Amino acid sequence: MERTIRVLVGKPGLDGHDRGAKVVARAYRDAGMEVIYTGLHQTPEQIVQAAVQEDVDVVALSILSGAHNTLVPKVIEGLKREGLDDVLVLVGGIIPEEDVEFLKKAGVAGVFGPGTPTSEIIEFTRENVKRK
Amino acid sequence: MDRDEKRERREVFMTVSGAPIKRKYGPEDVADLDYQRDLGDPGCYPYTRGIHETMYRGRVWTMRQFAGFGTAEQSNERYKYLLEQGQTGLSVAFDMPTIMGYDSDHPRADGEVGKLGVAVDSLADMEILFDGIPLDKVTTSMTINAPAAILLAMYIAVAEKQGVSPRDIGGTIQNDILKEYIAQKSYIFPPRPSLRLITDIFAYCAEHVPRWNTISISGYHIREAGSTAVQELAFTLANGMAYVQAGIDAGLDVDSFAPRLSFFFNAHNDLFEEVAKFRAARRIWARVMRERFGAQNPRSWLLRFHTQTAGCSLTAQQPEVNIIRTTIQALAGVLGGTQSLHTNSMDEAWALPSADAVRIALRTQQVLAEESGVANTIDPLGGSYFVEALTDRMEREAQEYFDRIERLGGVVAAIEAGFQQREIADAAYRYQKRVESGEYTVVGVNKYLIEEELKIPLLRIDPDVQARQIERTRRVRRERDEVEVRRCLRDLEEGARGDANLMPLILAAVKAYATLGEIVDVFRTVFGEYRERAIF
Amino acid sequence: MNIEELASRLLNQDKRALARAISLIEDGGVEARALMKRIYPNTGRAAVVGVTGAPGVGKSTLVDGLTAYYRQQGLRVGVLAVDPTSPFTGGAILGDRIRMQERGTDPDVFIRSLASRGQVGGLSRATGDSIRAMDAFGKDIILVETVGAGQGEVEVMRYAHTTLVVLMPGGGDEIQAIKAGILEIGDILVVNKADMEGADRLVRDLEMMLDLGPESPWRPPVMKTVASRGAGVAALAEKIEEHRQYLISSGGLDRKKLDQVSSQVEEIVASSLLAEVMSRARAAGTWQEVVDRLSEGTLDPYTAAEEVLSRHGLLSEEG
Ligand SMILES: Nc1nc2c(ncn2[C@@H]2O[C@H](COP(=O)(O)OP(=O)(O)OP(=O)(O)O)[C@@H](O)[C@H]2O)c(=O)[nH]1
Ligand SMILES: [Mg+2]
Repeated sequence: MERTIRVLVGKPGLDGHDRGAKVVARAYRDAGMEVIYTGLHQTPEQIVQAAVQEDVDVVALSILSGAHNTLVPKVIEGLKREGLDDVLVLVGGIIPEEDVEFLKKAGVAGVFGPGTPTSEIIEFTRENVKRK
Repeated sequence: MDRDEKRERREVFMTVSGAPIKRKYGPEDVADLDYQRDLGDPGCYPYTRGIHETMYRGRVWTMRQFAGFGTAEQSNERYKYLLEQGQTGLSVAFDMPTIMGYDSDHPRADGEVGKLGVAVDSLADMEILFDGIPLDKVTTSMTINAPAAILLAMYIAVAEKQGVSPRDIGGTIQNDILKEYIAQKSYIFPPRPSLRLITDIFAYCAEHVPRWNTISISGYHIREAGSTAVQELAFTLANGMAYVQAGIDAGLDVDSFAPRLSFFFNAHNDLFEEVAKFRAARRIWARVMRERFGAQNPRSWLLRFHTQTAGCSLTAQQPEVNIIRTTIQALAGVLGGTQSLHTNSMDEAWALPSADAVRIALRTQQVLAEESGVANTIDPLGGSYFVEALTDRMEREAQEYFDRIERLGGVVAAIEAGFQQREIADAAYRYQKRVESGEYTVVGVNKYLIEEELKIPLLRIDPDVQARQIERTRRVRRERDEVEVRRCLRDLEEGARGDANLMPLILAAVKAYATLGEIVDVFRTVFGEYRERAIF
Repeated sequence: MNIEELASRLLNQDKRALARAISLIEDGGVEARALMKRIYPNTGRAAVVGVTGAPGVGKSTLVDGLTAYYRQQGLRVGVLAVDPTSPFTGGAILGDRIRMQERGTDPDVFIRSLASRGQVGGLSRATGDSIRAMDAFGKDIILVETVGAGQGEVEVMRYAHTTLVVLMPGGGDEIQAIKAGILEIGDILVVNKADMEGADRLVRDLEMMLDLGPESPWRPPVMKTVASRGAGVAALAEKIEEHRQYLISSGGLDRKKLDQVSSQVEEIVASSLLAEVMSRARAAGTWQEVVDRLSEGTLDPYTAAEEVLSRHGLLSEEG
């Protein structure tokens, strides 16, 4: 049997716009994956610890506050520190061109901007998740 | 042949909210409509057609374009410029740490200071923000909710320092915490103590700051979170009723605060659905205020509202098309009888709008007001079979939501059970699926695509803003009278544990330069923090 | 990572090893069994407390409050939050962590969400073994949250030494609870949201119901809490301890534990046998043959089962 893919969907930072995060969480669920929804207003460390304990394959972050360049690297550093280098990190939100490059260099596998169909995110996840 | 002629393009026709629409509407759809009872002339109960006798023939709606980024100094400069240009209304957008009750040096504020608005940590920041601006000559709208009482207190304190009596200042605080739990999620404390802060503001302002609009009950964010038009209408009005009830329960006379309540709605793509929503809103509110709450003053029956076009309808693809969307949405607001209007700039949803984009957005309103002729007569769609039937249906479906919320034990209990959140999340997901399946067209996104590069421009806030802001706040803490601050915070804590009106205690604390974070922390200790349930 | 390494890292309190172990357990393969064999000797110390009740009564908030309380006592805490999987898509959204955010970064708290994944009996096996994994890891107390909606959840509570059934005023969920047979499994009944109207009435109703119930040496106490403010949590924790002492002194704890393992053995035997018989029947073509005759209508299911068993099961010579 295929291992069920486990995805952490979380919103680091202070903005509360969770429409996108919730739509994506449901889309993952409907695609047969298990979603750990950590909710709003998360610190990077909370996300990292949740990723460790929940043994997730994917960490999907939604950020609309513009604080992605501060928050995302902190999450990725934390994941590395905990030895979770094989986790796929995705970011959704309003991310300017220049910052997309920066985030990818920092270790983000995929950045999804406004208007991305959920089917595209799911497909990307399926194709890029690293089997344990 | 015959059958082909009767065939239609699709099986069902639906609004953007997913509400089915018939081929045609006729007399049978409005058979029960009674003009005096259900519509009334403009300016007459139940105000379905509008709240003023003359509406836009007297004065067109207020064109209010919100803006606000950067530091207190930058905003202050901008305000002075706008005042020189003849504008008299200022608006303040705060950054996320301020909105969430954290000082700029709190670890959770890192990376967010000054990003989406100004950082206000203490009275010192507010003094800079309004330096040289006579607060008796302007009105100020502050988009702030959970810590609204604190920012209002700071504003009052600045006025007093200018020698302006609180009786002479005017403005608005959003102060609508219920929609935060439902949609925008910038909450701090649990609902019950939050409601108490709000009724404390009602009571305090009725006595000391009589020109202040104490709350702007907002459907805008509910719609942005993905609700349908009916949900926006129903949840917003239900929240409004909850505030009125809370005021009455706190011992206030309904007519002492109800005239200062105002609303804030979204205008989305579906023209007629939106117009029907605004008309239904006025009718429901008038009836509820008069019949259920027994308000005597006709001003308490009026639903006054501000409209903003739907940010969530804007696309990053082919952004010029957003101008057209915004035009239709703005038209809906006007045909629906809005008191003021913000038209989004075409790039507003993901960037600091360019000057050109801002100008076009304003021009859109000016064309509507002065070229299109839609402002010549009041409620031009009144009496349309379709629009009247839709208005009725909106009212009916809203009533069904009111009943369901009532059965769950009221708005707060329903929020705690996650009812509104789930309804909205369901609607948002349904919409997403309709778009992805192509059932609902979004021009440039799932149809009529072109090869283009999506470019979201960089919004670079000076990276030193955070450091400078932190430095300022630390200086304030060093230089203030610490004993006095501690005393004020202790008084505040005691007040919060009891049932004193908290406004005077907050005012004393801000005057002693206690910071926003310190004051919020007192409340966090006493009231606890709200955390939502996962609702799917 | 091989099983031996995983086990020793788990026993050395490596969080990631524990997380991985629980994933293996959920997948339920031979590796999981090998792991469980290896760590079983290190289990048996932890106290296991089940928390069940209707959706939204405040279970997660209460678990969060209890966790904070136990941490103050210096105890190491494990939390398992079990949620149902969608029977249609096989996916799930697990959201109980939201209420436990603050605790999630405490190095001595480990929170794990489990999806039921829809298999009959699978959920209770995964829960039971996950509890053991946390126990072997060195947790002093393990809190298990499930939505008290049906038989599956009642099954899960078998693994708890002390079960809390959580209710709230308004909404008449005590009636639901009685119908679902959930009240009977409660060692302690908790009326949460005691800040809401009707809490005292609910307490009285529950007391009355207990009065009418059969005489028993442990009469479930009814406790009031306001979990969102932490009120009543300490008193609840004391009651939990009292129940534990009662179990120990009455020999009930050992009996419970023995019941659990023996029924687990039964389950393992049953599922292994089933898998074995079915794979033989499929390989030999018996299964297809039986199915064909069933579809022709020339065979009844009882005879069919007997034929499968007599050729490949216990009744067969080759077995
Ligand atoms: N008024 C009040 N609200 C509470 C109390 N305890 C929890 N809540 C609220 O009740 C809601 C549900 O709490 P949860 O802890 O998520 O409930 P749950 O039983 O775990 O919910 P599920 O896991 O979804 O079944 C939240 O909004 C809490 O803030 C309480 O004692 N009083
Ligand atoms: Mg829960």
